[in-house]
Amino acid sequence: MTNYNTTQYLPFEDEIASLDEHISRLKADNRSRAIDLSAEIRTLQAEQTALLQKTYSTLTPWQTVQVSRHPKRPLFTDYLSLMVKEPRQLHGDRCFGDDPAIMTILGQIGRQKVLIVGQNKGRDTKEKIKCNFGCPNPEGYRKAMAKMKLAEKFGLPVVTFIDTPGAYPGIGAEERGQAQAIAVNLMEMSRLKTPIISIVIGEGGSGGALGIGVGDRLSMLEYAYYSVISPEGCAGILWHDGAQAEKAAKALRLTSKELKSLGLIDTVIKEPLGGAHRSIHDTVYNVEQYIIRTLRELKRVKIDILLEKRYRKICAVGDSETMIRRLKSKKDLPAKPAIPERLSAKAQLEKTAQQEALEKAK
Amino acid sequence: MRTIKVSKPINNKNKKNTVVKMPAKNKTSWDGYSIKPRKEMPDGLWLACPACQHMLYRKIVDKNLNVCPECDAHFRIDGPTRVKQLVDVGSFEEILADLTSLDPLQFEARGVKYKDRIKVDDDAKGCEAMLTGKAFIRGRGVMLAVMNFGFLGGSMGMVVGEKFCKAVDQAIEESLPLIVVSCSGGARMHEGVVSLGQMAKTSAAIGKLDEAGGLFISILSDPTTGGVSASFAMLGDIIIAEPNALIGFAGPRTIKQTIKIELPEGFQRAEFLLEHGFVDMITHRKDLRKEIGRLIDYCGK
Repeated sequence: MTNYNTTQYLPFEDEIASLDEHISRLKADNRSRAIDLSAEIRTLQAEQTALLQKTYSTLTPWQTVQVSRHPKRPLFTDYLSLMVKEPRQLHGDRCFGDDPAIMTILGQIGRQKVLIVGQNKGRDTKEKIKCNFGCPNPEGYRKAMAKMKLAEKFGLPVVTFIDTPGAYPGIGAEERGQAQAIAVNLMEMSRLKTPIISIVIGEGGSGGALGIGVGDRLSMLEYAYYSVISPEGCAGILWHDGAQAEKAAKALRLTSKELKSLGLIDTVIKEPLGGAHRSIHDTVYNVEQYIIRTLRELKRVKIDILLEKRYRKICAVGDSETMIRRLKSKKDLPAKPAIPERLSAKAQLEKTAQQEALEKAK
Repeated sequence: MRTIKVSKPINNKNKKNTVVKMPAKNKTSWDGYSIKPRKEMPDGLWLACPACQHMLYRKIVDKNLNVCPECDAHFRIDGPTRVKQLVDVGSFEEILADLTSLDPLQFEARGVKYKDRIKVDDDAKGCEAMLTGKAFIRGRGVMLAVMNFGFLGGSMGMVVGEKFCKAVDQAIEESLPLIVVSCSGGARMHEGVVSLGQMAKTSAAIGKLDEAGGLFISILSDPTTGGVSASFAMLGDIIIAEPNALIGFAGPRTIKQTIKIELPEGFQRAEFLLEHGFVDMITHRKDLRKEIGRLIDYCGK
């Protein structure tokens, strides 16, 4: 029997998979035979929708991570081809080379001309190897910075798409200063004189994601994740066993819902029923509408005020009273000996003279 | 248990045929005929240099600024010791010593709560992963921030970020040079994305300092990796590294796991970074005070 399904199912979607198969078999029968099965198909489809709704509204953190890594999930290139008019890709960091894992593109979203910076994972194996599986090298970050400076010069807003497991850990990357490249990006993006919107579309892994993710707005797709370390890495360190990633994913609070409730991201962009991979066009439409709306909002603000607001927003992380506290016990510590006054020679002479005068008066 | 008879002692006539129990030989550690391996010394007076295996008297090491007198290996030191070594005697005035994290994530791993974890570390070491304060170095007033490796691997959480930003603010306000000694494994994963946010926060603060024209000297000690090296540590106007310090973005173990080849000798060490142009100078710990003083004279206001 031929398999009509092209969707790839995740481990927790067994029921949905069997239902889908049943429906497709019925559909095939409906076509080939003279019996009308459409009523039955309709009830089954309703059942399937309900099941999808149920599954996807109660995803565990680890299941969310699995959805965000789904092989059919829309990548940056999909957004690019469906959303951006007249794209012109810019290559090279003018220092070392061109990194295909980060793409910088001048284009138009809606009516707004923008610079788009996006991390590309690659769809097939050949592309994936070329892009290091979405792990950028330092030249990628430097390229992004150079093009963002260009956008600043010509007043173009910047939209960044984050989708990376992390910056590439390799010998070459360290030789060319991965840490320094990311650090410079963080500093420069915090004061870039143009609006910046960042969207996590899939995986948001640690410094690699943050390297192009500092700006006025940070939003996430519903089933994307954003974390300080990959769940596997965290499990390896704290549980001494990479297989405990499920527990680590839960502890790290990396889903969009939890990050929103902690106030660490601005917006959660809705995904179609059953995740972005079930309907790429709907996902892209939602993201496009979000970008157009937010850009309109940010363009109204004067740039100085925008920068001040951005700085305050960045500094507000871990600043609030719900996160940080002063210890009471340490308040009553004995005072440290005061630093002796440092006076110039002239001042010292004057002081001693004053003291002598006082003594004489006594 | 084997027993052996000891013949009658000559001097002591009262004791007769004492039976001495001999402890069983531990065959796993010693085969019986080769030179016996050196046992690890008890904590306290003596310590073995991890680089050259020399036995060193602790007081001499302390006097030598925790540098091995035999091979010049720079040992890791905790925050308070570093402050003591760096500043003029009695001039360190700590700020914000009483901050603590409230654990917004309620992080728990293997039954150990992060909240309890920081409590234990706090009691033992008496300070968070960073100490900030005003001090004098060779008579020059500075704003000093020193990372404390003893507290959860010196990892950067929200307390570190907050202390750092306040230190930068004060440095801008009083136009003091900012000296930061980094010694950290990276961002603190117990605080999740909040600690990731600290990378952006500290970098943005350095951006402000840069705009205000302040001097920022970043000192990298062993180890400076992960989120700390990818934020403020690499943004220094002048970057000084200690000899043979491990400095990099990803740890050597992570790189080895990812690319599955042996890493070259001296990879990610201070000398490697100097060669590739990411640090300005490598300075011996005993010259650190002198160098900082001189650099402030050249670049400070």
